[in-house]
Amino acid sequence: MAELLQHLVNGLSLGTIYALVALGYTMVYGVLKLINFAHGDVYMVGAFAGYYLGAVLGTDRRPNVGKAALVTMGAMAICGALGFVIERFAYRPLRHRARLTALITAIGVSFLLEFGFQLNPLVRTPIEFPPGPAPRFFPALVDLGPPLEPLGATVQRIDVVGFVVAIVLMLGLQWIVYRTRFGVAMRAVSFDSQIAGLMGIPVNRIISGTFMLGAALAAAAGIINASSRPRIEPLLGLMSGLKAFVAAVLGGIGSVPGAMVGGFLLGLVEEFVAGYTSSRYRDAIAFAVLILVLLVRPEGLFGKGRVEKV
Amino acid sequence: MSAGVNPLELESVTMRFGGLKALSAFSLALRPGELVGLIGPNGAGKTTAFNAITGVYEPTEGEVRVTGEVVNGRRPHEICARGVARTFQNIRLFRELTALDNVRIACHAQATSGFFDALLLTGRHRSEEARIVARAEEYLAVMGLADRRDEIAKGLPYGEQRRLEIARALATGPKVLCLDEPAAGMNAAEKTGLMQLIRAIRDRFGLAVLVIEHDMRVVMGVSERLLVLDHGDTIAEGKPEAIRKNPKVIEAYLGDAYLEEKGVKL
Amino acid sequence: MKPVLRSLLPFLVGIPLLAIAQALIPPEYFLWIVAIGVNIVLAVSLNVVNGFTGQFSLGHAGFMAVGAYSAAKVSLALAGVRVPGLPEVVTDELAFAVALASGMGAAALAGLLVGMPSLRLRGDYLAIVTLGFGEIIRSLIENTTVLGEALGLQGLPKRTNVVWLGVSALATIVMARRLAVSTQGRALFAIREDEIAAEAMGVDTTGYKVRAFTISAAYAGLAGGLVGHAIQLVTPAMFTFIRSFEVVVMVVLGGLGSVTGSIVSAIVLGVAIEKLRSLEQYRMVIYSLLLIVLMLLRPQGIFGTRELWDLRLFRRLPRPRALAATPGGASPTAVRDEGGRGGQA
Repeated sequence: MAELLQHLVNGLSLGTIYALVALGYTMVYGVLKLINFAHGDVYMVGAFAGYYLGAVLGTDRRPNVGKAALVTMGAMAICGALGFVIERFAYRPLRHRARLTALITAIGVSFLLEFGFQLNPLVRTPIEFPPGPAPRFFPALVDLGPPLEPLGATVQRIDVVGFVVAIVLMLGLQWIVYRTRFGVAMRAVSFDSQIAGLMGIPVNRIISGTFMLGAALAAAAGIINASSRPRIEPLLGLMSGLKAFVAAVLGGIGSVPGAMVGGFLLGLVEEFVAGYTSSRYRDAIAFAVLILVLLVRPEGLFGKGRVEKV
Repeated sequence: MSAGVNPLELESVTMRFGGLKALSAFSLALRPGELVGLIGPNGAGKTTAFNAITGVYEPTEGEVRVTGEVVNGRRPHEICARGVARTFQNIRLFRELTALDNVRIACHAQATSGFFDALLLTGRHRSEEARIVARAEEYLAVMGLADRRDEIAKGLPYGEQRRLEIARALATGPKVLCLDEPAAGMNAAEKTGLMQLIRAIRDRFGLAVLVIEHDMRVVMGVSERLLVLDHGDTIAEGKPEAIRKNPKVIEAYLGDAYLEEKGVKL
Repeated sequence: MKPVLRSLLPFLVGIPLLAIAQALIPPEYFLWIVAIGVNIVLAVSLNVVNGFTGQFSLGHAGFMAVGAYSAAKVSLALAGVRVPGLPEVVTDELAFAVALASGMGAAALAGLLVGMPSLRLRGDYLAIVTLGFGEIIRSLIENTTVLGEALGLQGLPKRTNVVWLGVSALATIVMARRLAVSTQGRALFAIREDEIAAEAMGVDTTGYKVRAFTISAAYAGLAGGLVGHAIQLVTPAMFTFIRSFEVVVMVVLGGLGSVTGSIVSAIVLGVAIEKLRSLEQYRMVIYSLLLIVLMLLRPQGIFGTRELWDLRLFRRLPRPRALAATPGGASPTAVRDEGGRGGQA
């Protein structure tokens, strides 16, 4: 029973990360019909942004909630800006070209971030940037006390906080998407960007906003993840990004609730299967889920097969 | 006309997209060698019907039958293999390929040699390639494009691109040819030429033709029979003369204000 | 010329030339030749999927790994085997051929299994699926004892030489060219241009995409086998996504769809990597920037879809031609010849 609960807890914790990152994939795919290959790496940048901000603010000496909040919001802002820059300079100029061209650029941006961050530091103060290939250790942003132990399972308090923060962010996103003018505009652009433009919606600004929103969520995910699993390195986004993408596909790419459900579902499946068989196959599980979804129901749980007008 | 199975039949085909009914209980029996026109205002469901016939969409209800065989849910290339070819409303040529290549590709559907033969350069492959190239050149010649053989498709003048698309469709060896607004963008002289061309194709290749067209002169001049669609419903069917005078058709195109002005009551 | 002879002609001419080259080239250039030869096989084979067919695969290294490990296992299994009556040298070469063929077969099978679910869909799924596949294969190899885990398999016989590399590169180029000029190959380009129209014209787009993918994977497996038997070792670290990315850069730089372009960039990048060892750290960053800049400024790469064999002087190379008019034979399309009424505007 304790083992079951432990896996449940771990699965939810993992699922939170997947859900937050999957949201970015799904929203960008919705408005641009492009898989933003670089999104997983924005998540990695978020973790490092938190690391650097933490170092600057001195959280390792005196961690407190205020600093934690500052670090998180700062990282979200930095990644939001990064998302804006990527869209504006790498994707927007190619919007009217073949899809293949934009995909190749996305791959280029992704690798640029991954390998750019692996370069040895060019500046050393106030921070060592780029961080280089060796892993770094994310500081504890708050000191919360010993772990909780309900029914024999061990739950770190930081994981609970992370979970709550993630839920709050997702609720915030729901509110934005379904109750604000920006959200309506975003959904309109997802449906048909040409018509949306003709209706007076500033399509470019909406797309930029969507990118920034997704990037900010990824940054938050980066920080939440790094708080539980403090070892961070430039290739962090590769596997996690892949898995978050699988989660988005599972939920139905383009669907916001789908990304959330898909994320939690994948986290739980991965945790339970790895837990009861062997952790060696952890990564293969996500891949197996992807193949299964593509074979059985490619539009995902919440997706609707959109018919292409010929 | 040979007695036997019709090359194309649609029975009560309905296409629903979510809440939208794009095509409602559409029925058609196309006889061998028949020239039928499909008209109606924009958004009436004409291209939707084409897409249902050629397998781009799977009918929500009803049956599509090609030479008696139900083809609902079959992929477009399978339906093409069974004898239905089409052109597109917005020309969809293989733009970066030559005119010859565009037609060659359509010929290959009936080839028997596959990838392996191509790679190993077998005798069967080589003789089949020779036959395909000869056939493709013939179809280009039929459409008056013989000297365009090695031109890149996107560089051809608009009228020739339309003819190339028809040549390509013909190369699949169909029993039914579906033309989606073939006269779009042409001037009066080109349209007259097109009408003659369609009839010549029908006569030479013995196939049935289904034409979607907006230009009344063209479609009335070419068709032996007409179907009129409006908002997915079939509002009239019959010979061109009768359709021309049908008040429902006039209303669909011009609105009931026109009818009132003319003092016609429905 | 009899079809069999015509089919093997490039090799009948090439092998003697390669044997002469092998005798003349000094051994210190061996690794250079391996790098260039393998690059050509990888780039040209990837071009069939990414260039000809317009589908984006990022998993070439994964298929390389499947081929390399399969070839290695077969090689090690055949190590002591002797065929009575045949000299040892011949048996060794035969064993190597069998190993390479097994590698190609295994990689082709992997390509089939990965391609079938992913290529059914239009869209960009293939890139992610193949990237994932490459990573999973590596992860599986690292966790499998019988495959040597992280240390890999050692003690492979050194069989790769100029002749084998040359023959492999030639085989890949011949494969790509024959495909490109054939009607089946043209159909791949049609799929790249407009998949919907291709499907409407009777091309089984999924079937064709899967075939192209499988062939491409097989040749990646060949490259893997060659590499393993050159450095006498196969490890998972040799087949990371970085390798896949390098091949992608080669193909995109040369021009998606141009075999000539792939060969040129395979050679150029192969040489550049050796010459610029000091900039090793920046290599991947340079590649990434190169890719982005290329897409923004010249997405067709160096050659676009142009080929060396499109030039006038190569016009005589075999390409499909219509049969000469057969006397008394009916025209292939006419039911009744009406004499040029069609199409007069």
